[in-house]
Amino acid sequence: MRATDEEMTVSGSDVLPALGALDEEELLPQLVAHLREHRTRLRQEWASRIQEAHLLQAMTAQEMAAETTSVYDNYVEVLETGSVEALQHYARDLSERIIPRGVETNEVVGIVLLLRDVLARSLFEKYQQNFPLLNRVLDAYEPAANRIANTVAVSFVEERERVIRQQQESIRELSTPVLPVRERLLILPIIGVLDGERARQLTEQLLGGIRTHRARVVVIDITGVPDVDEAVANHLVQTVDASRLMGASVIITGLSPEIAQTLVTIGVDLSKMDTIGDLQGGLEEAERLLGYTVTHGDAAGGP
Amino acid sequence: MTPGPRLFSILRQGPFLIASIHTALDDSQLVRFQHDLVQRIGAERARGVVIDVAALDVLDSFASRTLRDIGEMARLRGAGTVIVGIQPEVAFAMVRLGMDTGSVSTALDLEEGLAFLDGRVSDPAVRRR
Repeated sequence: MRATDEEMTVSGSDVLPALGALDEEELLPQLVAHLREHRTRLRQEWASRIQEAHLLQAMTAQEMAAETTSVYDNYVEVLETGSVEALQHYARDLSERIIPRGVETNEVVGIVLLLRDVLARSLFEKYQQNFPLLNRVLDAYEPAANRIANTVAVSFVEERERVIRQQQESIRELSTPVLPVRERLLILPIIGVLDGERARQLTEQLLGGIRTHRARVVVIDITGVPDVDEAVANHLVQTVDASRLMGASVIITGLSPEIAQTLVTIGVDLSKMDTIGDLQGGLEEAERLLGYTVTHGDAAGGP
Repeated sequence: MTPGPRLFSILRQGPFLIASIHTALDDSQLVRFQHDLVQRIGAERARGVVIDVAALDVLDSFASRTLRDIGEMARLRGAGTVIVGIQPEVAFAMVRLGMDTGSVSTALDLEEGLAFLDGRVSDPAVRRR
């Protein structure tokens, strides 16, 4: 790898083309050829700039070398072809690998901007005797470089958002457990804000749970729910009705004063809902409905 | 009456009738089901009816109204009715569409339905063993 790089450097020549002899279309290929020629030197310079800036410290030296090489090659390729699709794909891939390592958005944007600067400096060096040509080279280089920086940043952020969405999904699934307490008796403790999506999931889990556990009584405890809106309240009422169609009665416990006030104010019809103050009361009522009697082991009396 | 095979069965189990619907019934088949069932209640002197809809993945408004009507008719003929086996998706769809089973009771499955009827029928003084 290193050998070929050096060969390329040796074989390359730094001949300045005559001004005006170049079309706009020829500028970019020439620029790309220059960047390919000095690949090793520029990449190393970039890597040392990254280290100076204390970026990507979560990565080992080898990983860093591999990633900077492939980012460099992709970068030059996009300059050449003008197509960001391959880069998008690569950036998503890269993000997928580095996000779990704790790499931040500012680091990713930082290294791409550093590469942009390193390459721009080398162009300055190359064309410094010829300002009009330098201007035209930068005219060709800058929009492409900016597009690349943009693409990488957007891909990274998109990947992060995808990860966040995925995590939210799994938190949601964990957040509505259906727990059998006794035969035929389920409890559903709900903690946190009930939005439309979660309410829908709750219904699904509850009705499925009734069937699998052959439940006759379900206690839904909403002590941990800070507030509900009208849509969610109606959804709850519908869930209770659907449970009844499946032969299970539902007891709702732990309605906070705020929620009680909201429900009455917005006029949700709760006449068919069985509500009890707290979870303990709800469980006692459920046990009564199922015909259980709970007695203390010590007949002489409790502690 | 609609010709063709019957898509439901009505079986006797002690003092009760078990009516199972095997597949989605169209309106005329539902009418036939209602007719047959109400007639059998009298003929068998049934004290209760379990209507099993576990095989249905859809229950439209006509079907749920017919089930409710059957419940009312059965009550007039002296039998309690319980609908069993409503699937979770069906239950929620019914509620969303504002349909219910009215005064007719529901239970999870056949076993629960029979237990429910047992509890209701144990009240009269004379009970068949």
